[in-house]
Amino acid sequence: MTARSKNIKVITGNTAAAYAVLRCRPDVVSAYPITPQSELVEQLAKFHADGLLDCEYVAVEGENSAQNVACAAVMAGGRAFTATSSYGLVYMYDTMLQTSGYRAPLVMVNVNREPPGIHAVYSGQQDMICTRDSGWIQIVVENCQEILDTIIMSYRLAEDYDIQLPVMVNYDGYYLSFLAESVDIPEQEDVDRFLAPLKEQPQRMKLVAGAGTGCGSHGIGMGFVEYRKKHMAAMERSKELWDKIDQDFKNEFGRGYGGQIESYRCDDADIVLVATGSAVGTARTVIDAKREQGIKVGLVKLRFFRPFPVEKLCHILKGKKAIGVLDRSICFGWNCGPVFQEVCALTRHIGIMPMLSFIDGLANMDITKEHISGMVDEIYKASQNKPYQELTWLP
Amino acid sequence: MSAKEIRFHGRGGQGAVLAARMLASACAYEGKHVASFPMYGFERRGMPVVAFTRFDTEPVREKTQIYTPDCLMVIDPTLLEIGNLYEGLKPGGVLILNSPKPFNGRPSDNLEKAGVINATQVALCEIGRDIPNTCLIGALAATTGWVTLESIFRGFGDYLEGDMLERNIRNAQRGYNEVEVYSWD
Repeated sequence: MTARSKNIKVITGNTAAAYAVLRCRPDVVSAYPITPQSELVEQLAKFHADGLLDCEYVAVEGENSAQNVACAAVMAGGRAFTATSSYGLVYMYDTMLQTSGYRAPLVMVNVNREPPGIHAVYSGQQDMICTRDSGWIQIVVENCQEILDTIIMSYRLAEDYDIQLPVMVNYDGYYLSFLAESVDIPEQEDVDRFLAPLKEQPQRMKLVAGAGTGCGSHGIGMGFVEYRKKHMAAMERSKELWDKIDQDFKNEFGRGYGGQIESYRCDDADIVLVATGSAVGTARTVIDAKREQGIKVGLVKLRFFRPFPVEKLCHILKGKKAIGVLDRSICFGWNCGPVFQEVCALTRHIGIMPMLSFIDGLANMDITKEHISGMVDEIYKASQNKPYQELTWLP
Repeated sequence: MSAKEIRFHGRGGQGAVLAARMLASACAYEGKHVASFPMYGFERRGMPVVAFTRFDTEPVREKTQIYTPDCLMVIDPTLLEIGNLYEGLKPGGVLILNSPKPFNGRPSDNLEKAGVINATQVALCEIGRDIPNTCLIGALAATTGWVTLESIFRGFGDYLEGDMLERNIRNAQRGYNEVEVYSWD
């Protein structure tokens, strides 16, 4: 049965996230406001104050505590939510590692913003990149509706008995956090029904007050190794499950996003651009325009960043004549963008072809149609065996 | 009607961000696809703020700032001094301006209409504070005909209630009635 909502509102990405959290009925919300995420936390606080959100709302003194409180709530068997950005994300880094190490299925929003170094209250995905090997599932989304829908789907993934991993839902600061679009806010009963299968699963391990349970004990030798290996295996399992959850969501709500990745006009494409986040929307319009000009170009929207959708990407990219990757962050030490670096690692499966790295959109710089058009032109040139630039910084 | 792009220039505290969103809400009530966002760094009163609104009968997919607007709304007349304000304005372009002075000259060949009103004065009268945004939305409706006043009032209801809603409705109604429209062909 497809759920039909009558509740369409023009709301920002941050507010869409807040509605998603409201519908998922968390037991505990602990978060600390930070630009450009503040509106999300303020909205949750308002839902709580108005009596709409029946949870324990913990107004912590900083992000390190926000993560600790949320992690503890999950380990005690509850559902929790937190949200942060940039400085806040790196301030909770040690506790983030604890959360994933404990296999605590927390869902967190990270509104992408440039992290410390050069102070910048501007959009950029470097904060997410700083935490890429933290053992969290990392998802990146494109628009306000997808923010809402992905948070709901993320609880199904995180809390699945076979996964039990924290999920970080990322969306671009400013370009999505403050973007107002028409968003379909699903009915409570429909979200309840979508999340209900979790209740039929075996109970996960939890801390019980007063009982002799413990956590964070010292990992010694093979015990440590086994734990790490299981964590990695769970992350690998999350890929197929995410595709299934996406399909379930589509069946229920009529909206699907392709799971780990979305392939846009790739089937007959000679060249492909890989992108993430809000830039994907702009790229769609450019791909359509280039197709009108007769250039056979496709677009891959990367939704999963951790785990990396290796199999899905190989399936689409194999046999293409040239591939370009758009990053809103940089990869120190490899002189390229981080997603580009990871796509390059696919060559052992798909063979060698020209690959081009484009770094654009740092610190709120706009990833314009002209920029993306130039990227496609350069990828096309590379596909024609002409000299091309491997790394391009824009603007 | 095809896609329209509107760029708002104001200063922190004048309601440029909210004006852009309110217009989006109004267009959404007419069944359009909409997208609106502001661009600023730190939130500070008095700092120049830019905001963008797109509406279309097709889904709005691009997430970029607006470089080729169909309409400019200038909420603070001191921002007319921005050097490249009219750069990229589409042919047939429209200016909605808050100004106490009559509008002189045609600053861009692409400018076809200018709707000018002393929205600060209207706002001080109707709201009691210098928040000229809703008056200018009313002026936009009258000057462009892109959206009805009724939809605008509905859009306000997404953001305001009670006395403030009524005051802003009066503010917009006066913008609609009292805007002075200059035309060039």
